[in-house]
Amino acid sequence: MNVALHSVAITGAYNTEQARDLGRSTRDVLNEAALGAIADAGLTPADIDAVVATPSAQLVFDLGLGTTRTMSSGPDIEGILEAAGLLLTGEATAVLLAAAKASSFDRSSVAPWVRPANEFVVSHGLITPAEFAFMARRHMIEHGTTAEQMATVAAQIRNNGHANPEAIYHGKGPFTVDDILASPMVADPFHLLECATTSQGGCAVVMTLADRSADAANAPIWLLGGGSDRIGPSYQTSPSWDRVGFHGDDTVAGYIGRRAAQRAFGQAGINPADVDVCEFYDPFSFEIIRQFEAFGFCGDGEGGEFVMDGRIALSGEFPITTDGGLMSYSHAGSFPQQLQRVIRGVDQLRGTCAANQVDGAEIAIASNGGSGALYTEVLLMGSAPAT
Amino acid sequence: MLHPNVTGIPVPRPTGESAPYWEGCREGELRFRRCASCDLSVFEPRPICPRCHGTDLPWAVSTGDGVVYSWSVVWRPQMPAFDVPYAPAIVRLDDGFDMVTAIVGCEPDEIHDGQRVSVEFHDVDDAITLPFFSLS
Ligand SMILES: [Zn+2]
Repeated sequence: MNVALHSVAITGAYNTEQARDLGRSTRDVLNEAALGAIADAGLTPADIDAVVATPSAQLVFDLGLGTTRTMSSGPDIEGILEAAGLLLTGEATAVLLAAAKASSFDRSSVAPWVRPANEFVVSHGLITPAEFAFMARRHMIEHGTTAEQMATVAAQIRNNGHANPEAIYHGKGPFTVDDILASPMVADPFHLLECATTSQGGCAVVMTLADRSADAANAPIWLLGGGSDRIGPSYQTSPSWDRVGFHGDDTVAGYIGRRAAQRAFGQAGINPADVDVCEFYDPFSFEIIRQFEAFGFCGDGEGGEFVMDGRIALSGEFPITTDGGLMSYSHAGSFPQQLQRVIRGVDQLRGTCAANQVDGAEIAIASNGGSGALYTEVLLMGSAPAT
Repeated sequence: MLHPNVTGIPVPRPTGESAPYWEGCREGELRFRRCASCDLSVFEPRPICPRCHGTDLPWAVSTGDGVVYSWSVVWRPQMPAFDVPYAPAIVRLDDGFDMVTAIVGCEPDEIHDGQRVSVEFHDVDDAITLPFFSLS
Protein backbone atom coordinates (compact mmCIF):
# COMPACT_ATOMS: atom_id res chain seq x y z
CA MET A 1 0.00 0.00 0.00
CA ASN A 2 1.36 3.40 -0.93
CA VAL A 3 0.70 5.51 2.14
CA ALA A 4 2.73 8.70 2.51
CA LEU A 5 2.80 8.26 6.30
CA HIS A 6 4.94 5.16 5.86
CA SER A 7 8.02 7.21 5.03
CA VAL A 8 7.90 8.90 8.46
CA ALA A 9 9.88 7.56 11.40
CA ILE A 10 10.33 8.30 15.09
CA THR A 11 14.08 8.54 15.42
CA GLY A 12 14.49 9.98 18.89
CA ALA A 13 12.68 9.31 22.16
CA TYR A 14 13.52 10.34 25.70
CA ASN A 15 11.98 10.26 29.17
CA THR A 16 13.33 12.36 32.03
CA GLU A 17 13.18 11.01 35.53
CA GLN A 18 9.57 10.78 36.75
CA ALA A 19 8.67 11.42 40.39
CA ARG A 20 5.92 12.49 42.71
CA ASP A 21 7.95 15.69 43.22
CA LEU A 22 11.00 16.36 41.05
CA GLY A 23 11.93 19.56 42.85
CA ARG A 24 12.58 21.20 39.50
CA SER A 25 10.78 23.67 37.28
CA THR A 26 8.64 22.52 34.39
CA ARG A 27 10.83 24.58 32.09
CA ASP A 28 14.01 22.86 33.26
CA VAL A 29 12.51 19.43 32.75
CA LEU A 30 11.12 20.35 29.33
CA ASN A 31 14.53 21.51 28.13
CA GLU A 32 16.19 18.31 29.36
CA ALA A 33 13.58 16.20 27.58
CA ALA A 34 14.00 18.11 24.32
CA LEU A 35 17.80 17.87 24.30
CA GLY A 36 17.59 14.22 25.30
CA ALA A 37 15.38 13.32 22.35
CA ILE A 38 17.48 15.33 19.89
CA ALA A 39 20.64 13.51 21.04
CA ASP A 40 18.86 10.17 20.93
CA ALA A 41 17.98 10.88 17.30
CA GLY A 42 21.64 11.50 16.49
CA LEU A 43 20.85 15.12 15.63
CA THR A 44 21.83 18.51 17.00
CA PRO A 45 19.50 21.37 17.92
CA ALA A 46 20.44 23.01 14.60
CA ASP A 47 18.67 20.19 12.77
CA ILE A 48 15.28 20.87 14.40
CA ASP A 49 13.06 23.04 12.23
CA ALA A 50 9.64 22.42 13.77
CA VAL A 51 8.52 22.21 17.41
CA VAL A 52 5.37 21.28 19.26
CA ALA A 53 5.82 21.54 23.02
CA THR A 54 4.25 22.73 26.26
CA PRO A 55 4.73 25.53 25.31
CA SER A 56 6.36 25.61 21.88
CA ALA A 57 7.44 29.25 21.80
CA GLN A 58 9.24 29.03 25.13
CA LEU A 59 11.15 25.92 24.08
CA VAL A 60 12.25 27.53 20.81
CA PHE A 61 13.38 30.52 22.87
CA ASP A 62 15.15 28.56 25.62
CA LEU A 63 17.07 26.36 23.17
CA GLY A 64 17.87 29.28 20.90
CA LEU A 65 16.57 27.47 17.87
CA GLY A 66 16.09 30.61 15.82
CA THR A 67 13.10 30.94 13.54
CA THR A 68 11.21 27.69 13.84
CA ARG A 69 7.89 26.30 12.67
CA THR A 70 5.65 25.71 15.68
CA MET A 71 2.38 23.82 15.84
CA SER A 72 -0.82 24.74 17.62
CA SER A 73 -1.71 21.16 18.49
CA GLY A 74 -0.20 19.43 21.51
CA PRO A 75 2.66 16.96 21.82
CA ASP A 76 0.53 13.85 21.74
CA ILE A 77 -0.54 11.34 19.08
CA GLU A 78 -2.53 14.01 17.30
CA GLY A 79 0.62 16.14 17.30
CA ILE A 80 2.63 13.24 15.90
CA LEU A 81 0.19 12.83 13.02
CA GLU A 82 0.26 16.55 12.31
CA ALA A 83 4.05 16.60 12.55
CA ALA A 84 4.09 13.84 9.93
CA GLY A 85 2.15 16.24 7.74
CA LEU A 86 4.81 18.91 8.14
CA LEU A 87 7.48 16.41 7.12
CA LEU A 88 5.50 15.09 4.17
CA THR A 89 4.68 18.51 2.78
CA GLY A 90 8.31 19.52 3.07
CA GLU A 91 7.63 22.28 5.57
CA ALA A 92 9.95 20.64 8.08
CA THR A 93 12.73 18.05 8.03
CA ALA A 94 13.01 17.25 11.74
CA VAL A 95 10.17 17.81 14.21
CA LEU A 96 10.61 17.90 17.98
CA LEU A 97 7.65 17.09 20.25
CA ALA A 98 8.28 17.78 23.92
CA ALA A 99 6.16 17.86 27.07
CA ALA A 100 6.79 18.37 30.78
CA LYS A 101 5.01 19.06 34.02
CA ALA A 102 6.99 19.60 37.18
CA SER A 103 5.76 22.63 39.06
CA SER A 104 4.34 22.10 42.48
CA PHE A 105 0.66 21.54 42.82
CA ASP A 106 -1.63 20.62 45.64
CA ARG A 107 -2.02 16.89 45.91
CA SER A 108 -5.72 16.41 46.04
CA SER A 109 -7.21 13.00 45.59
CA VAL A 110 -7.44 13.18 41.81
CA ALA A 111 -5.53 14.90 39.06
CA PRO A 112 -6.13 18.62 39.61
CA TRP A 113 -5.32 19.87 36.10
CA VAL A 114 -8.46 18.38 34.65
CA ARG A 115 -10.89 19.88 37.12
CA PRO A 116 -13.95 20.83 35.16
CA ALA A 117 -14.75 24.52 35.19
CA ASN A 118 -17.73 24.53 32.86
CA GLU A 119 -20.89 26.12 34.26
CA PHE A 120 -22.98 22.99 33.65
CA VAL A 121 -20.67 20.51 35.37
CA VAL A 122 -18.57 22.40 37.93
CA SER A 123 -21.19 22.63 40.64
CA HIS A 124 -22.12 18.97 40.63
CA GLY A 125 -18.64 17.80 41.59
CA LEU A 126 -17.94 16.20 38.23
CA ILE A 127 -14.43 15.01 38.97
CA THR A 128 -12.71 13.23 36.09
CA PRO A 129 -13.22 9.75 37.60
CA ALA A 130 -16.97 10.42 37.64
CA GLU A 131 -16.99 11.47 33.98
CA PHE A 132 -15.32 8.18 33.06
CA ALA A 133 -17.48 6.25 35.52
CA PHE A 134 -20.55 7.31 33.50
CA MET A 135 -19.14 5.40 30.51
CA ALA A 136 -18.10 2.36 32.54
CA ARG A 137 -21.53 2.22 34.19
CA ARG A 138 -23.32 2.04 30.84
CA HIS A 139 -21.05 -0.80 29.76
CA MET A 140 -21.76 -2.67 33.00
CA ILE A 141 -25.49 -2.20 32.45
CA GLU A 142 -25.52 -3.23 28.82
CA HIS A 143 -22.91 -6.00 28.85
CA GLY A 144 -22.58 -7.21 32.42
CA THR A 145 -18.99 -6.06 32.72
CA THR A 146 -17.82 -6.75 36.26
CA ALA A 147 -15.76 -5.04 38.94
CA GLU A 148 -13.43 -8.05 38.86
CA GLN A 149 -12.78 -7.65 35.14
CA MET A 150 -11.94 -3.98 35.56
CA ALA A 151 -9.76 -4.73 38.60
CA THR A 152 -7.92 -7.36 36.55
CA VAL A 153 -6.86 -4.58 34.18
CA ALA A 154 -5.67 -2.37 37.03
CA ALA A 155 -3.77 -5.21 38.69
CA GLN A 156 -1.95 -6.00 35.44
CA ILE A 157 -0.95 -2.40 34.76
CA ARG A 158 0.12 -1.80 38.36
CA ASN A 159 2.12 -5.03 38.36
CA ASN A 160 3.83 -3.87 35.17
CA GLY A 161 4.82 -0.70 37.04
CA HIS A 162 5.81 -2.70 40.11
CA ALA A 163 8.37 -4.54 37.96
CA ASN A 164 9.61 -1.43 36.11
CA PRO A 165 12.51 0.31 37.89
CA GLU A 166 11.69 3.53 35.99
CA ALA A 167 8.11 3.65 37.33
CA ILE A 168 7.24 5.94 40.21
CA TYR A 169 5.43 3.08 41.90
CA HIS A 170 8.19 0.56 41.24
CA GLY A 171 8.27 -2.09 43.94
CA LYS A 172 4.95 -1.03 45.45
CA GLY A 173 3.24 -4.29 44.53
CA PRO A 174 2.57 -6.88 43.51
CA PHE A 175 -1.18 -6.37 43.36
CA THR A 176 -3.93 -8.95 43.25
CA VAL A 177 -7.41 -8.33 41.95
CA ASP A 178 -8.57 -8.40 45.57
CA ASP A 179 -6.02 -5.69 46.46
CA ILE A 180 -7.50 -3.45 43.78
CA LEU A 181 -11.05 -4.07 44.96
CA ALA A 182 -10.06 -3.48 48.58
CA SER A 183 -8.68 -0.02 47.86
CA PRO A 184 -10.93 2.93 48.76
CA MET A 185 -13.74 3.76 46.37
CA VAL A 186 -13.10 7.07 44.55
CA ALA A 187 -16.02 7.26 42.12
CA ASP A 188 -18.04 4.09 41.84
CA PRO A 189 -17.20 1.79 40.04
CA PHE A 190 -13.58 3.01 40.25
CA HIS A 191 -11.47 2.21 43.29
CA LEU A 192 -8.38 4.26 44.05
CA LEU A 193 -6.06 1.70 42.45
CA GLU A 194 -8.09 1.79 39.22
CA CYS A 195 -7.36 5.49 38.72
CA ALA A 196 -4.36 7.36 37.36
CA THR A 197 -1.88 8.77 39.87
CA THR A 198 -0.45 12.29 39.87
CA SER A 199 3.22 12.99 39.34
CA GLN A 200 5.87 15.05 37.55
CA GLY A 201 8.14 14.45 34.61
CA GLY A 202 8.94 15.17 31.00
CA CYS A 203 9.51 13.44 27.70
CA ALA A 204 10.17 14.17 24.05
CA VAL A 205 10.21 12.62 20.59
CA VAL A 206 11.96 13.51 17.33
CA MET A 207 10.50 12.62 13.95
CA THR A 208 12.11 12.68 10.50
CA LEU A 209 11.53 11.25 7.07
CA ALA A 210 13.13 7.96 6.12
CA ASP A 211 16.05 9.59 4.31
CA ARG A 212 17.17 11.34 7.50
CA SER A 213 16.76 8.35 9.78
CA ALA A 214 20.23 7.02 8.94
CA ASP A 215 21.58 9.64 11.38
CA ALA A 216 19.71 8.05 14.27
CA ALA A 217 21.61 6.38 17.08
CA ASN A 218 18.89 3.77 17.34
CA ALA A 219 16.91 1.98 14.66
CA PRO A 220 14.05 4.17 13.45
CA ILE A 221 10.53 3.23 14.47
CA TRP A 222 8.13 3.58 11.59
CA LEU A 223 4.65 5.03 11.50
CA LEU A 224 2.26 2.47 10.07
CA GLY A 225 -1.04 4.25 10.58
CA GLY A 226 -2.89 6.65 12.79
CA GLY A 227 -6.07 8.52 13.48
CA SER A 228 -7.70 10.92 15.92
CA ASP A 229 -11.36 11.20 16.85
CA ARG A 230 -13.27 13.81 18.84
CA ILE A 231 -16.99 14.22 19.32
CA GLY A 232 -17.18 17.26 21.60
CA PRO A 233 -15.43 19.32 24.27
CA SER A 234 -14.04 17.45 27.28
CA TYR A 235 -15.77 17.90 30.64
CA GLN A 236 -18.35 20.41 29.45
CA THR A 237 -21.26 18.24 28.38
CA SER A 238 -22.74 14.92 29.42
CA PRO A 239 -20.46 12.03 28.39
CA SER A 240 -23.36 9.82 27.33
CA TRP A 241 -22.30 6.46 25.89
CA ASP A 242 -24.75 6.72 22.98
CA ARG A 243 -24.01 10.32 22.03
CA VAL A 244 -23.66 10.67 18.26
CA GLY A 245 -23.35 13.50 15.79
CA PHE A 246 -25.98 14.24 13.17
CA HIS A 247 -23.72 14.37 10.14
CA GLY A 248 -20.93 12.11 8.93
CA ASP A 249 -19.53 9.30 11.06
CA ASP A 250 -22.09 7.72 13.41
CA THR A 251 -19.78 6.11 15.98
CA VAL A 252 -21.21 6.51 19.50
CA ALA A 253 -19.14 8.39 22.08
CA GLY A 254 -18.64 5.15 24.01
CA TYR A 255 -16.64 3.83 21.10
CA ILE A 256 -14.79 7.03 20.35
CA GLY A 257 -11.53 6.05 18.62
CA ARG A 258 -13.14 3.36 16.49
CA ARG A 259 -13.01 5.48 13.34
CA ALA A 260 -9.39 6.41 14.14
CA ALA A 261 -8.43 2.77 14.69
CA GLN A 262 -10.10 1.63 11.49
CA ARG A 263 -8.23 4.32 9.65
CA ALA A 264 -4.94 3.36 11.30
CA PHE A 265 -5.30 -0.37 10.63
CA GLY A 266 -6.41 0.36 7.07
CA GLN A 267 -3.33 2.48 6.43
CA ALA A 268 -1.10 -0.14 7.99
CA GLY A 269 -2.69 -2.97 6.04
CA ILE A 270 -2.83 -5.09 9.20
CA ASN A 271 -5.40 -6.34 11.70
CA PRO A 272 -5.56 -6.11 15.49
CA ALA A 273 -4.39 -9.73 15.66
CA ASP A 274 -1.06 -8.59 14.17
CA VAL A 275 -0.33 -6.26 17.11
CA ASP A 276 2.38 -7.43 19.55
CA VAL A 277 2.10 -4.72 22.23
CA CYS A 278 -0.86 -2.55 23.29
CA GLU A 279 0.42 0.68 24.83
CA PHE A 280 -3.11 1.78 25.69
CA TYR A 281 -3.78 4.98 27.58
CA ASP A 282 -5.01 4.04 31.05
CA PRO A 283 -6.67 6.91 32.91
CA PHE A 284 -9.08 4.38 34.43
CA SER A 285 -9.28 0.59 34.36
CA PHE A 286 -12.42 0.38 32.24
CA GLU A 287 -10.83 2.34 29.42
CA ILE A 288 -8.65 -0.66 28.50
CA ILE A 289 -11.71 -2.88 28.14
CA ARG A 290 -13.39 -0.20 26.05
CA GLN A 291 -10.38 0.25 23.77
CA PHE A 292 -10.16 -3.46 22.98
CA GLU A 293 -13.74 -3.20 21.71
CA ALA A 294 -13.49 0.20 20.06
CA PHE A 295 -10.31 -0.71 18.19
CA GLY A 296 -11.67 -4.05 16.96
CA PHE A 297 -9.61 -6.48 19.05
CA CYS A 298 -12.87 -8.10 20.16
CA GLY A 299 -16.58 -7.66 19.59
CA ASP A 300 -18.77 -5.07 21.26
CA GLY A 301 -19.53 -6.12 24.82
CA GLU A 302 -16.81 -8.77 24.85
CA GLY A 303 -14.05 -6.63 26.38
CA GLY A 304 -14.70 -7.70 29.95
CA GLU A 305 -14.14 -11.37 29.14
CA PHE A 306 -11.33 -10.46 26.74
CA VAL A 307 -9.06 -9.09 29.48
CA MET A 308 -9.34 -12.23 31.58
CA ASP A 309 -7.34 -15.46 31.40
CA GLY A 310 -3.95 -13.84 31.00
CA ARG A 311 -4.49 -12.32 27.58
CA ILE A 312 -3.26 -8.89 28.74
CA ALA A 313 -0.30 -10.24 30.74
CA LEU A 314 3.24 -9.52 29.54
CA SER A 315 3.38 -13.11 28.29
CA GLY A 316 -0.14 -12.96 26.88
CA GLU A 317 -1.51 -12.36 23.42
CA PHE A 318 -1.94 -8.60 23.93
CA PRO A 319 0.30 -7.17 26.66
CA ILE A 320 -1.05 -3.79 27.83
CA THR A 321 0.57 -0.59 29.05
CA THR A 322 3.86 -2.30 29.80
CA ASP A 323 5.63 0.47 31.74
CA GLY A 324 2.84 0.78 34.30
CA GLY A 325 1.13 3.66 32.52
CA LEU A 326 -0.68 6.50 34.22
CA MET A 327 -1.49 4.25 37.16
CA SER A 328 2.08 3.42 38.10
CA TYR A 329 4.76 4.72 35.72
CA SER A 330 3.84 8.41 35.66
CA HIS A 331 0.98 10.84 35.11
CA ALA A 332 2.61 14.21 34.69
CA GLY A 333 0.12 16.72 33.40
CA SER A 334 -2.02 16.55 30.33
CA PHE A 335 0.62 15.95 27.66
CA PRO A 336 3.69 14.06 28.96
CA GLN A 337 1.59 11.06 29.89
CA GLN A 338 0.07 10.95 26.41
CA LEU A 339 3.36 11.18 24.54
CA GLN A 340 4.76 8.55 26.91
CA ARG A 341 2.41 5.93 25.46
CA VAL A 342 4.17 6.46 22.13
CA ILE A 343 7.62 6.44 23.72
CA ARG A 344 6.91 3.16 25.45
CA GLY A 345 5.85 1.72 22.10
CA VAL A 346 9.13 2.93 20.62
CA ASP A 347 11.11 1.35 23.46
CA GLN A 348 9.29 -1.96 23.00
CA LEU A 349 9.94 -2.00 19.26
CA ARG A 350 13.59 -1.07 19.76
CA GLY A 351 13.83 -3.85 22.33
CA THR A 352 15.35 -1.49 24.88
CA CYS A 353 12.87 -1.63 27.77
CA ALA A 354 14.62 -1.80 31.13
CA ALA A 355 11.91 -4.19 32.27
CA ASN A 356 8.85 -5.90 30.81
CA GLN A 357 10.33 -6.16 27.33
CA VAL A 358 7.98 -8.13 25.09
CA ASP A 359 10.24 -10.51 23.18
CA GLY A 360 10.29 -9.94 19.45
CA ALA A 361 7.79 -7.08 19.46
CA GLU A 362 7.46 -5.78 15.89
CA ILE A 363 4.14 -3.93 15.90
CA ALA A 364 2.81 -1.69 18.67
CA ILE A 365 -0.36 0.31 19.08
CA ALA A 366 -0.47 3.42 21.28
CA SER A 367 -3.51 5.44 22.27
CA ASN A 368 -4.40 8.74 23.95
CA GLY A 369 -7.54 10.21 25.42
CA GLY A 370 -10.64 8.38 26.54
CA SER A 371 -14.38 8.12 26.37
CA GLY A 372 -15.04 10.32 29.38
CA ALA A 373 -13.12 13.11 27.65
CA LEU A 374 -14.89 12.52 24.32
CA TYR A 375 -11.72 11.97 22.26
CA THR A 376 -9.34 9.15 21.43
CA GLU A 377 -6.16 9.05 19.33
CA VAL A 378 -4.53 5.95 17.86
CA LEU A 379 -1.06 5.29 16.46
CA LEU A 380 0.36 2.10 14.95
CA MET A 381 4.14 1.78 14.88
CA GLY A 382 6.48 -0.87 13.50
CA SER A 383 10.09 -1.91 13.88
CA ALA A 384 10.11 -2.19 10.09
CA PRO A 385 8.47 0.05 7.50
CA ALA A 386 5.02 -0.93 6.26
CA THR A 387 5.13 -3.33 3.34
CA MET B 1 -28.88 9.78 52.44
CA LEU B 2 -27.70 11.72 49.39
CA HIS B 3 -28.24 15.43 49.88
CA PRO B 4 -27.60 18.44 47.65
CA ASN B 5 -24.14 19.94 48.00
CA VAL B 6 -24.73 23.67 47.85
CA THR B 7 -22.43 25.19 50.50
CA GLY B 8 -18.94 26.34 49.57
CA ILE B 9 -19.01 24.68 46.16
CA PRO B 10 -17.68 26.28 42.97
CA VAL B 11 -20.49 28.45 41.65
CA PRO B 12 -21.38 28.44 37.96
CA ARG B 13 -20.62 31.60 36.05
CA PRO B 14 -23.43 32.17 33.55
CA THR B 15 -22.65 33.56 30.12
CA GLY B 16 -24.85 35.76 27.97
CA GLU B 17 -25.91 32.61 26.17
CA SER B 18 -26.80 30.71 29.35
CA ALA B 19 -28.32 33.49 31.48
CA PRO B 20 -31.94 32.53 30.63
CA TYR B 21 -31.22 28.96 31.78
CA TRP B 22 -29.96 30.12 35.16
CA GLU B 23 -32.81 32.60 35.51
CA GLY B 24 -35.12 29.64 34.91
CA CYS B 25 -33.52 27.62 37.68
CA ARG B 26 -33.96 30.61 39.98
CA GLU B 27 -37.66 30.58 39.15
CA GLY B 28 -38.03 26.82 39.53
CA GLU B 29 -38.10 26.09 35.80
CA LEU B 30 -35.76 23.72 33.95
CA ARG B 31 -35.24 25.50 30.65
CA PHE B 32 -33.75 24.19 27.43
CA ARG B 33 -33.76 25.26 23.81
CA ARG B 34 -35.80 23.59 21.10
CA CYS B 35 -34.97 24.08 17.44
CA ALA B 36 -37.79 25.92 15.67
CA SER B 37 -36.94 24.18 12.39
CA CYS B 38 -36.46 20.50 13.32
CA ASP B 39 -37.68 20.27 16.94
CA LEU B 40 -34.33 18.99 18.31
CA SER B 41 -33.97 19.59 22.05
CA VAL B 42 -30.67 21.22 23.01
CA PHE B 43 -29.54 21.46 26.63
CA GLU B 44 -26.28 23.41 26.60
CA PRO B 45 -27.20 26.83 25.20
CA ARG B 46 -25.63 27.36 21.82
CA PRO B 47 -26.36 29.50 18.80
CA ILE B 48 -26.97 26.73 16.25
CA CYS B 49 -28.89 23.48 15.97
CA PRO B 50 -26.36 20.66 15.45
CA ARG B 51 -28.87 18.69 13.37
CA CYS B 52 -30.37 21.17 10.88
CA HIS B 53 -28.07 24.16 11.52
CA GLY B 54 -31.05 26.39 12.13
CA THR B 55 -30.31 29.38 14.32
CA ASP B 56 -33.78 29.96 15.76
CA LEU B 57 -33.66 28.10 19.08
CA PRO B 58 -36.37 29.46 21.37
CA TRP B 59 -36.36 28.58 25.07
CA ALA B 60 -38.78 25.94 26.32
CA VAL B 61 -39.59 24.67 29.81
CA SER B 62 -38.99 21.00 30.57
CA THR B 63 -41.40 18.87 32.57
CA GLY B 64 -38.33 18.05 34.66
CA ASP B 65 -39.09 14.34 34.43
CA GLY B 66 -36.75 11.74 33.04
CA VAL B 67 -34.69 8.65 33.74
CA VAL B 68 -31.25 7.96 35.15
CA TYR B 69 -29.02 7.15 32.16
CA SER B 70 -25.75 6.77 34.07
CA TRP B 71 -24.31 7.69 37.44
CA SER B 72 -21.42 7.41 39.85
CA VAL B 73 -21.16 7.61 43.62
CA VAL B 74 -18.20 9.75 44.65
CA TRP B 75 -16.43 9.01 47.93
CA ARG B 76 -13.26 11.06 47.40
CA PRO B 77 -14.13 14.63 46.38
CA GLN B 78 -11.65 17.18 45.05
CA MET B 79 -12.95 19.86 47.35
CA PRO B 80 -13.95 19.40 50.96
CA ALA B 81 -17.13 21.39 50.31
CA PHE B 82 -18.58 18.28 48.73
CA ASP B 83 -20.00 16.03 51.43
CA VAL B 84 -19.66 12.37 50.52
CA PRO B 85 -21.12 10.32 49.22
CA TYR B 86 -22.68 12.28 46.39
CA ALA B 87 -24.07 10.89 43.17
CA PRO B 88 -23.35 12.78 39.96
CA ALA B 89 -25.52 11.49 37.15
CA ILE B 90 -26.57 11.87 33.56
CA VAL B 91 -30.34 12.26 33.46
CA ARG B 92 -32.17 11.71 30.18
CA LEU B 93 -35.15 14.04 30.18
CA ASP B 94 -38.47 13.04 28.66
CA ASP B 95 -38.16 16.25 26.68
CA GLY B 96 -35.31 14.72 24.70
CA PHE B 97 -32.03 15.92 26.13
CA ASP B 98 -29.34 14.69 28.51
CA MET B 99 -27.89 16.75 31.33
CA VAL B 100 -25.32 16.34 34.07
CA THR B 101 -26.74 16.71 37.56
CA ALA B 102 -26.71 14.86 40.88
CA ILE B 103 -29.24 12.47 42.41
CA VAL B 104 -30.42 13.39 45.92
CA GLY B 105 -32.95 12.27 48.50
CA CYS B 106 -32.21 8.54 48.45
CA GLU B 107 -29.52 6.06 49.39
CA PRO B 108 -26.80 5.40 46.78
CA ASP B 109 -27.95 1.82 46.27
CA GLU B 110 -31.46 2.97 45.37
CA ILE B 111 -30.20 4.39 42.06
CA HIS B 112 -30.77 2.09 39.10
CA ASP B 113 -30.61 2.23 35.34
CA GLY B 114 -33.79 3.75 33.96
CA GLN B 115 -34.94 4.90 37.40
CA ARG B 116 -37.62 7.60 37.03
CA VAL B 117 -36.47 10.91 38.49
CA SER B 118 -37.79 14.46 38.74
CA VAL B 119 -36.02 17.78 39.02
CA GLU B 120 -35.85 19.75 42.26
CA PHE B 121 -34.08 23.03 42.83
CA HIS B 122 -31.78 24.15 45.63
CA ASP B 123 -30.36 27.65 46.12
CA VAL B 124 -26.59 28.06 46.25
CA ASP B 125 -26.44 31.80 46.85
CA ASP B 126 -28.36 34.97 46.04
CA ALA B 127 -27.93 34.48 42.31
CA ILE B 128 -27.53 30.78 41.56
CA THR B 129 -29.96 27.91 42.00
CA LEU B 130 -28.97 24.39 40.99
CA PRO B 131 -31.11 21.61 39.51
CA PHE B 132 -30.89 18.24 41.27
CA PHE B 133 -33.01 15.14 40.69
CA SER B 134 -34.75 12.83 43.13
CA LEU B 135 -36.56 9.53 42.64
CA SER B 136 -40.08 10.03 41.29
ZN1 LIG C 1 -32.73 21.86 14.05
